[in-house]
Amino acid sequence: MSPTAKDKDTVKAFWAKIAGKADDIGTDALSRMLVVYPQTKTYFSHWKDLSPGSAPVRKHGQTVMGGVADAVKKIDDVSAGLLSLSELHALTLRVDPANFKILSHNILVVLATMFPTDFTPEVHVSVDKFLAALSRALSEKYR
Amino acid sequence: MVEWTDFERATIADIFSKMEYEVIGPAALSRCLVVYPWTQRYFGNFGNLYNAAAIIGNPMVAKHGTTILHGLDRAVKNMDNIKSEYAELSVLHSEKLHVDPDNFKLLSDCLTIVISAKLGKEFNGEVQAAFQKFLAVVVNSLGRQYH
Repeated sequence: MSPTAKDKDTVKAFWAKIAGKADDIGTDALSRMLVVYPQTKTYFSHWKDLSPGSAPVRKHGQTVMGGVADAVKKIDDVSAGLLSLSELHALTLRVDPANFKILSHNILVVLATMFPTDFTPEVHVSVDKFLAALSRALSEKYR
Repeated sequence: MVEWTDFERATIADIFSKMEYEVIGPAALSRCLVVYPWTQRYFGNFGNLYNAAAIIGNPMVAKHGTTILHGLDRAVKNMDNIKSEYAELSVLHSEKLHVDPDNFKLLSDCLTIVISAKLGKEFNGEVQAAFQKFLAVVVNSLGRQYH
C-alpha cells in the first residue's frame, strides 16, 4: 500500500495548492482530534488550554504541519528523511501508533472542509496513502 | 443503551433533514470504492469499476449509494433503539451478503469526509463528534448479528 509514483505526484501537486493554509489545517486538525477523540488529550496534560484554536493548539498544529511539509519534500524516502522525528516519537514521545491514524483522519476531514472541490476521491486516496507512509515512518523505531 | 445529548439529537436530525441523498450517497460509496479498492470485491456485477472516473460515473454505484444512505434513515428516526432497528440488516449483511464488518467503518469514514466537504466550516469539532458517534453506533449494530 506504499505510495506509487502517481500518488507522489498527486500529493506534491495538492500540497502546492494547500501549503499556504498549512497552519490553519494543523490548528483545525488538532483541535478536532482533541474534541472528537478525547483520549488523545492524555498526551497534552502539560498544556494550559486544550480548547479548539487555543495558543498551544495553534503552535503545535504548526509544528505538526511543518513535519508533514518536510515529508512532502522528502516524499521519495520518507523513512530515511524523517529519521530524527522517528526517533523522537519512538524514544521520547512514545505516542501510541494508533493515534497517527486518528490524526491522519482528522487532517483528511479538514482538507475536505477547506478544499471541497480539490479533495477528489483520487486526491483523497493518494493523500491517505502518503499519511499512512508517514505514520509508518514515525513508528519505525518503536521496537 | 446509547445516551444521546440534546445537541447530538439535534445535530443528527438537522444533517439528515437537509440531506441530498442522491448526491451524498453516490459520492460516499464511490469514494469508498476508490480510496479502499478492496471493497470492490462486493460489487463484481456492477460493471466498469476499472478506474476512479469509471467508478464515479457508474450508475449502479450511484443507485446503490443512494440506497445505502437511505438505510441510515431508520437510525435517525429511532436513535434510542438503533441496535434493534438493524438486527435484520445485520443478519442480511452477515448471512447473505457476507460483508466483512470492517468495511462498515471504511464506508462511514468516507461518508464523514463527504459530509464535511458539503458542510465546510459548519462541520466543526462538536458536529463531527456527534456525527461520528451516530455512525459508530450504526456500524456497531450492523456487526452485532455476525457469528
